[in-house]
Amino acid sequence: MADVTLRKVIKRYDEVEAVRGIDLDIADHEFVVLVGPSGCGKSTTLRMIAGLEDITDGDIMIGGDVVNDVPPKDRDIAMVFQNYALYPHMTVAENMSFGLRLKHFPKAEIKTRVDEAARMLDIVELVDRKPKQLSGGQRQRVAMGRAIVRHPKVFLFDEPLSNLDAKLRVQMRIEIKKVHQKVRTTTVYVTHDQVEAMTLADRVVVMNHGRIEQIGTPNDLYHNPATRFVAGFIGSPAMNFVPCRLEDVAGKLHIRLTDRIAFALPPSRAARYRGVARNEKLLLGLRPEHVAEAKPHPEPGVEAFDAVLDVTEPMGMETLIYFTLEGAQICGRVNPNAGARDGGPLRLAVDLNNMHLLNEGTGAVI
Amino acid sequence: MTSTVVINKAAPTRTVKYGSMSRDRTWALRWSYFFLTLFAIFSLVPPLYMLITSLKTSAEISAATNPWWVFHPTLSNYVGLLTSNQFLTFFRNSAFVSIFVVTITMLISVPAAFALSRMRFWGSATLATGVFLTYLIPDTLLFLPLFKMFAVFDDWTGIQLINHWYVLLLLYPTLTVPFCTWIMIGYFASIPKELDEAAIIDGASWFQTLTRIFIPVALPGIIAATIFAFTVSWAQFLYPLVFTTSTDQLVLPVGIITSLIKGDVFNWGQIMTGALLGAAPPLIIYAFLMDYYIAGLTAGATKG
Repeated sequence: MADVTLRKVIKRYDEVEAVRGIDLDIADHEFVVLVGPSGCGKSTTLRMIAGLEDITDGDIMIGGDVVNDVPPKDRDIAMVFQNYALYPHMTVAENMSFGLRLKHFPKAEIKTRVDEAARMLDIVELVDRKPKQLSGGQRQRVAMGRAIVRHPKVFLFDEPLSNLDAKLRVQMRIEIKKVHQKVRTTTVYVTHDQVEAMTLADRVVVMNHGRIEQIGTPNDLYHNPATRFVAGFIGSPAMNFVPCRLEDVAGKLHIRLTDRIAFALPPSRAARYRGVARNEKLLLGLRPEHVAEAKPHPEPGVEAFDAVLDVTEPMGMETLIYFTLEGAQICGRVNPNAGARDGGPLRLAVDLNNMHLLNEGTGAVI
Repeated sequence: MTSTVVINKAAPTRTVKYGSMSRDRTWALRWSYFFLTLFAIFSLVPPLYMLITSLKTSAEISAATNPWWVFHPTLSNYVGLLTSNQFLTFFRNSAFVSIFVVTITMLISVPAAFALSRMRFWGSATLATGVFLTYLIPDTLLFLPLFKMFAVFDDWTGIQLINHWYVLLLLYPTLTVPFCTWIMIGYFASIPKELDEAAIIDGASWFQTLTRIFIPVALPGIIAATIFAFTVSWAQFLYPLVFTTSTDQLVLPVGIITSLIKGDVFNWGQIMTGALLGAAPPLIIYAFLMDYYIAGLTAGATKG
């Protein structure tokens, strides 16, 4: 087990720069998830850590040693691929032990490790089967088993769950988390699914256009996003953005959304945004859970207004509502008993204590 | 605002025939059987005629009787050939040449195909195409310059290769290696890239990836290539005709022609027998290898 460090890592394919200078420190035992839309460079970064891609510039260190020119087999890493990549002509046990057999481990040791991994992954009764006799979830378990038996310094996962159906994905997600709790191997996990990232990671690395947008714990990213990209990418349904500007009304700072709708900012927020230019084009960022039905006795900072709903989506424990404000579609979460219906009016309240203010031009969160 | 829009969709005007799928299928099957039967008759009549003729004496062959019937069946042609040292020598030469050529071909084309399909190096794509293009040059064009090359080689080194059966071990691979390499490139290309990446991360060298992963997974392709290489070297006629002349160096196809046609006397019974016996080994090999020649050995490697 070891820490992994990336220093100004760049990957260039001919003209295209896939990864544009990444700095990342992954601590020993840590579970780090690289997340971002397709083409953001997350898989390339993982493959560079694995040694499957050369790095154009920068340094990659595993356990303190620079491994830029070390071949994959000498990096002491194990990788789980999106499409499992099991050896079709070998049984499950042979698949898992292939790496150990190549390194001439004693037979008894191999058996112990395979048994241990098979038990951990609940595939003991499958060890004599061929991959084609297994279901998708079982194949993914074998692929993980192949990584576990090696006792590597680092686990690398390349979108391991994206080939599974939704239900199985949730189950395997928990499985992966359990395995990590048991073996505590440093893990780098790539996914485009922000839910997977949030649920699995100790720390999430959000990537976009070959750069790191933000690094933080799942809660940190959710509550304190640094940029519009992170704010919009993390969280489901996504954060709402409404064009707005600040204005002073009777000595108090207000946020104006439309000609009719303006709210006084709560004191803590007003203090934070006092320095922002009044004519600056801004975006109000609000999570759906902070747009709810109005209560009779609102807390300070919660401001009510009337809206006409476009669409409602009953989810059981809550109802998602959609309405339009200044051309922007807003999603809110209301109590199923709040009386929301398609095309109907509803008195809503926004919780400005949890608002975000973004610069529309730069996308930075103020 | 009462304009009527007439949308003319072609599809609904067609009468829908329920169950037409299975009816189409039935007709497709009938036509397939018709043409398959036609094809089977077309290709099986010559060997049948050979078999009938091989069971006749020379006198009966030249007699004006029904050529499709044997009135006095005899095994004398078979006994004659199988007890003749000459025929057995041809047979042995053919077997040696074919087995060695298949071995040489596989030893060259499997690693070559692996390198061309997996190790991206400068010019690998061009080289892969080039390999196939060399196969397109017919042997009828190549045999003259090749003969000259061996003659010059003899002049320079004093090593005479012409008129020895083993010269064919150098000649046949020029036909088999390009084609087998091409087949194998296709098979290796169908193996998902993640499989060799997984092997590399598991600690396999390129050579181990080839022997432990690629060869077992691409076995159907290797068998197809083996069958091809064997067929080509067993049936090749032009090169042995040109490059070997002494009776003890001849292979079967040339040997039958040169020893059983004496001037204008055609020993038809023995020619047919020899050809039939000569066709037996490829048939046996096909029957044996076809069991292993099943596609879809990569099933289970990835999703799908």
